[in-house]
Amino acid sequence: MTRIRTLRTLTIVCITVLSIFLLRLWQLQIIKGEEFYRKSIRNRVRVFRIPAPRGILYDRNGVKLVKNVPYYIVSLLPDVSAEKLDIEGLSRLIDLPEGEILRKLKQAGNHSLEPIRLKGGLDFDEVAEIEARRSDFPGLIIETEVSRYYNFGQTGAHVIGYLGWPTPEQLLQEDVTEDTMVGRWGAEAMFDRQLRGTPGMKIVEVDALGRQLRTLRTIQPQKGEDLYLSIDIKTQLVAERAFQGNSGAALALRPSTGEVLALVSLPSFDPNLFIKGIDREQWEKLSRHPGHPLLNRVFQSQYPPGSVFKLITAIAAMEEGLANRNTSIVCKGYTEVGIWRFGCWKEEGHGLVDMKRAIVESCDVYFYELGRLTGIDRIAKYAYALGLGRPSGTGLSPERSGLVPTTAWKLRTKGKPWYLGETFNAAIGQGYVTVTPAQAALLISAIANGGTVYRPQLLKDADPEVISKVILKPATLRVLRESLWGVVNGPQGTGRRAHSDRIDIAGKTGTAQVVAYTDRDRKHIPRDHAWFVAYAPYSQPEIALSVFVEHGGGGGEVAAPIAKEIIETYLEGGPGVYTVSQNSEGPGYAR
Amino acid sequence: MHADQGKVIDRVRDILKRCDWLVLGIPVILTIIGILTIYSATRSVIEPRQPSFYLRQTIWLILGMVTMFSVSLFDYRVLKRFSILIYSVSIGLLLLTLVVGHPGMGAQRWLKMGNLSFQPTEIFRVAMIVSLASYLSGRPSPLGTGRTLTALCFFGFIPATILYLQPDLGSALMILGLVVSMLLIKGLTKRVLVAALAVVLIAIPVGGERVWNGLKEYQRNRLVAFINPEVDPTGIGYQIKQSKITIGSGRVFGKGYLQGTQGPLRFLPERHTDFIFSVFAEEWGFVGSLFLLILYGALLLRGLEIALHSKDEFGYLIATGISVMFLAYSGINLGMTMGLMPVVGIPLPFFSYGGTALLANFICIGLLNNIKMRRFELFY
Repeated sequence: MTRIRTLRTLTIVCITVLSIFLLRLWQLQIIKGEEFYRKSIRNRVRVFRIPAPRGILYDRNGVKLVKNVPYYIVSLLPDVSAEKLDIEGLSRLIDLPEGEILRKLKQAGNHSLEPIRLKGGLDFDEVAEIEARRSDFPGLIIETEVSRYYNFGQTGAHVIGYLGWPTPEQLLQEDVTEDTMVGRWGAEAMFDRQLRGTPGMKIVEVDALGRQLRTLRTIQPQKGEDLYLSIDIKTQLVAERAFQGNSGAALALRPSTGEVLALVSLPSFDPNLFIKGIDREQWEKLSRHPGHPLLNRVFQSQYPPGSVFKLITAIAAMEEGLANRNTSIVCKGYTEVGIWRFGCWKEEGHGLVDMKRAIVESCDVYFYELGRLTGIDRIAKYAYALGLGRPSGTGLSPERSGLVPTTAWKLRTKGKPWYLGETFNAAIGQGYVTVTPAQAALLISAIANGGTVYRPQLLKDADPEVISKVILKPATLRVLRESLWGVVNGPQGTGRRAHSDRIDIAGKTGTAQVVAYTDRDRKHIPRDHAWFVAYAPYSQPEIALSVFVEHGGGGGEVAAPIAKEIIETYLEGGPGVYTVSQNSEGPGYAR
Repeated sequence: MHADQGKVIDRVRDILKRCDWLVLGIPVILTIIGILTIYSATRSVIEPRQPSFYLRQTIWLILGMVTMFSVSLFDYRVLKRFSILIYSVSIGLLLLTLVVGHPGMGAQRWLKMGNLSFQPTEIFRVAMIVSLASYLSGRPSPLGTGRTLTALCFFGFIPATILYLQPDLGSALMILGLVVSMLLIKGLTKRVLVAALAVVLIAIPVGGERVWNGLKEYQRNRLVAFINPEVDPTGIGYQIKQSKITIGSGRVFGKGYLQGTQGPLRFLPERHTDFIFSVFAEEWGFVGSLFLLILYGALLLRGLEIALHSKDEFGYLIATGISVMFLAYSGINLGMTMGLMPVVGIPLPFFSYGGTALLANFICIGLLNNIKMRRFELFY
């Protein structure tokens, strides 16, 4: 009967084994069935982003400023990839250290449906080589993202900006993933939302070798919006060239709307550098460059406005009824407050000067006296109303607010009372007062349009936004404008070098004094910064601008010719070429 | 003439009446389901042509059925007379693979005859069962020490060594296991059992390391991957993982025939051979898998029942040996696909693609049927 015993044992073994299998199947198919089902779908389904073509940027005349170009990325399909990968060979093929590849694979984990991006910014040759060797590396694919080529290189770089990988804040936005190129500077960043569009999606069935079998679903991307910037690229080009290698800034506005016609910040950079994914070395080079090319000087630098500020002092005095065009003083080259002596730039003095002559010849003593009459707080009121001492809110870059000092300000920050001598300094734009090139442009633009400060706008035909408005008396405006015309066109004018035979230009020079120091090697002795603000045509202003040249010396010398070139280019170079009206007779001064 | 004809018809009718249709039918049903599953597993997705595995398996099925009936016709006891010849020939074929074998999957397992590839290992296991049964039957039980060692060497170690040299470690271990099982079924003395236990206990610490070092790289990886699938040296863990995903994703009712994705899209390796069950489980779910397990269970239990009622010890040993072999093959294969056992290249009987194996298994079925048919023929 051993037969029965043996067979009974074997029967029990059979039934036990089958029961174990049954339990295991219960576990796999019923308890964990849903999980494995999802995993089986994840195995065969891949989601590929279809990047949306980015909106194109044009200048105000329809000149294409940027071009969309593909940005090639070599990626590995998830799951398939980690298994039988020749990491060493791959490392050699795509020129990326093995450790870096492993780190990226590990970082993506096993739960990614999307390809794992290994390296971006490939050029055509690299793409071709990888394509040719793809069969050796199953799961290796080339993806494309939308990137840019900036047609004008560094021209207008601070306006147009560039693309890059998103910041942590940008990552919080909808549709932005770590793999999306987004605007990081300039208009690209400011209008990123409109330009970006909505990416599409392709859901694809793949096999274990990563071969795409069929498309399960496609969601088409939506192209971003094309935008017309307010700048005129031709003017921009000429403006940057006119600086002749000097550092500085310029902002040209349309006085009637605040549209930015040109924005110069020099030295600049080539935004195309950022596109291939700027490497550390290049970044260091740019960010450590002594000229700070990444700084948008128009908004991010502030300097004493020098004589440009005299316009404010004049406005304050006249609007407060403390002076008019006939208010005259004798300039003997200096004035005195107690034991302190305040000199005029013209040591021998201007003699008898009235308001117009004081502005044209930039007599310091005259404005000391106006300052004495008006007082710092009233001057500050007008300065503030004309856009100084606060950010313009353009949104193009971070902004400094400049400084318009008041007695209260001094007491608050320094804990000391205000002295008259400080009013003298402020009245001629020295001392505490500082402005950004943008604010200088807002001031001259307001004078050109009658007292309205418009927020600088970067889009063509944008609705004008009023920051503030001063209703200037016609008499004030008249004397100011006549004086500004005289600065450029009068025989004694400090801005004669901005004189144009073809266009009536009005302007004002300024010199921001730099505390001079002597270098031990006597090499870099800083010179004064040069300012020039101007508008044109005189009778019907179409353009108002500020020009600032770092260490440019006197405003009339360096800055004025730049302003002239910008104005001529803009008014004569655009469509509907502007011609000088024969009637625009200079007011009161012979040419 | 007329009378002769009538006699033949009567005889055929008699034979057909006495056939065990359950033991003959289940393997045929399993093979047909297997062929359908092979078709599904290998269906082409982007390749222009479907591989012809399913067609070839169908031909082997027909061949197998003919063989199965042929094996049922003669009295199995005849085999006892030829057992030495059978064994010698099959050992010879095994040796031949070492000399003129055709390499495949990194091992010389194949003999090629024209267009036909042939795996002597599969035939050998049947021959071994028959010959060992012949050797053991009629001898007193429990078996003496000398006879035990002789049987172990002759039927176990010699072929296992040849198989190990091919190298086919899985089959070598299977043969050894089968021989030991059959010896146990025959019955061993307490002395032998104690000695065997002692040898094993000593061998594990002493020889374990040497065996480990003697293993091929991929064999070691399989063990490592089984113990810890997350550590995956060459993708063996991947196989286990994918097999579990494949089975589990079938859920209760399956994805439906030809709706499975894991096989055709190649996420599952060895999809039409070792891991064919996973493909079936994906498409037919828990319900289908349960049905399949019941079929295997019924076959195994029927085999044991035939053994119980077999007329002589020779038949008893053959029937038991065959049942144990089916149990071992299907148990190891299913356990492997479900992630309960390390990955070893053992096919699922009747289900996995493989002609020689199918033929060998049908010979076994024929033998079982033969034994069943002749249980009452005391005076035959």
